[in-house]
Amino acid sequence: MTEPILTLSDATLSLDGNAGRIEILKGITLEVSRGETVGLVGPSGSGKSSLLMLMGGLERATSGRVEALGHDLTALGEDALARFRREHMGVVFQSFHLIPTMTALENVATPLELAGRADAFERAEAELRAVGLGDRMHHYPAQLSGGEQQRVALARAAAPEPDILLADEPTGNLDGTTGAAIVDLLFGLNARHGSTLILVTHAPELAERCGRVIRLTDGRIADGDVAKAAE
Amino acid sequence: MLTRRQQYEARVRRRAMLVAGGSTLAVLLAIVVLVPFAPGWPAVKKSFFNAEVFADTFPGLLNAFLLDVAIFAWSAPMIFALGLVVALMRDVRAPAAYPVRLFAIVYTDIFRGVPVILVIYLVGFGIPGLGLPRPWNSPYVWGTVALVLTYAAYVAEVFRTGIEGIHASQRSAAASLGLTEADTMRFVILPQAIRKVVPANMNLFIALQKDVALLSFIGPVEIFRQAGVYKSLMANFTPYVGAALIFLAITVPATRFADYLLAKQMKARS
Repeated sequence: MTEPILTLSDATLSLDGNAGRIEILKGITLEVSRGETVGLVGPSGSGKSSLLMLMGGLERATSGRVEALGHDLTALGEDALARFRREHMGVVFQSFHLIPTMTALENVATPLELAGRADAFERAEAELRAVGLGDRMHHYPAQLSGGEQQRVALARAAAPEPDILLADEPTGNLDGTTGAAIVDLLFGLNARHGSTLILVTHAPELAERCGRVIRLTDGRIADGDVAKAAE
Repeated sequence: MLTRRQQYEARVRRRAMLVAGGSTLAVLLAIVVLVPFAPGWPAVKKSFFNAEVFADTFPGLLNAFLLDVAIFAWSAPMIFALGLVVALMRDVRAPAAYPVRLFAIVYTDIFRGVPVILVIYLVGFGIPGLGLPRPWNSPYVWGTVALVLTYAAYVAEVFRTGIEGIHASQRSAAASLGLTEADTMRFVILPQAIRKVVPANMNLFIALQKDVALLSFIGPVEIFRQAGVYKSLMANFTPYVGAALIFLAITVPATRFADYLLAKQMKARS
């Protein structure tokens, strides 16, 4: 049995919207082990993406506990949380979210620079080459195709060698072939660096490749919460 | 070698240009021909479009205009900086820092709500009235302060729309990379926001160049005041026309340049 890298105990998330308070997550308890690949599936609005944001420290739990690598994310201050994300988390979004005023290379290098790494640009170049974009480094996001943008986003998330890689429908905006290439890269990272991979997806073939699938309905875990770690 | 489509498009373009040129010429001709029929034209011609007076006063006006340009040149960077600071103050989210935010709101409300000329009078006459020693009683100093205070409020609002116009996804992406809020603002939000509002800011700075002439009311002999001096001296209004032409010579190319920059930027990023 491996050590748990991420533990949620009865975590809830409510947001105050125009229509009053909405309970998005209604008590999630789960454990993820180091090096695991986890697929979060479920209908739209079931809380998959919110759960992912909670795990990444991008959203703060309304109640309950979120623990990652021994840190209690619910107790960290803004700056400490930012540092934690920088050191341990990588996130890939459905619509890439690259910074449009920076070239592909700068997009990948900036977080490394801010983390104080002297080899930021060398490392970013290597990472871009690894995703097959060696000749597109000096292009702006608008000059790249969707698949290329997602590969830059992947390089950006992977460059600091995060312990946990989160992906929110990474292939949702891409065609089948392009999406498959991105998925191969994601799982390649998991295999190479031993990063824990957690992804939200609607694509059954992507979910199938994950070591464990967690199904959400209406803010609760419907099945899959029985950790495979027991094996 | 042009394709048939390109040949057709070129033909359509030529035709459109001919029509546009023709109608412009017709309007100009009508003005030139018809205006002299107005009963007061000879008098207006003599007192507003007097070639001799124009030639005599133009060099002096040009010289006085250098002061306008100088006041503009030292005010603009201060306006840019103060406007940015006020916009950032308004974006402060921590509840404890609410007074900072409140100050920014009150500041922009006041200085956008009062006519520039009133601010110039109140600051330009009021503060030196405190009996400050030289150089702190100079109308240049307090005129500049008045312009900076007023224009920074407008520029701050322009920056704020720019900052708020950056999609929330950029903030979450930056957060996912572990950027702090300050880093996010500096490296992600501001570079995009400032670029987006360049045309809006250019418009404000062109307006500023014109409003520098208002400082003449508190003392500095810049172009508008110089034109007034010539008018009294020669009992002729032509110097005002000369001053207007000098302003146009600066503001029209500046406007065109702003448009060009915008077009270029849009092309580079599409």
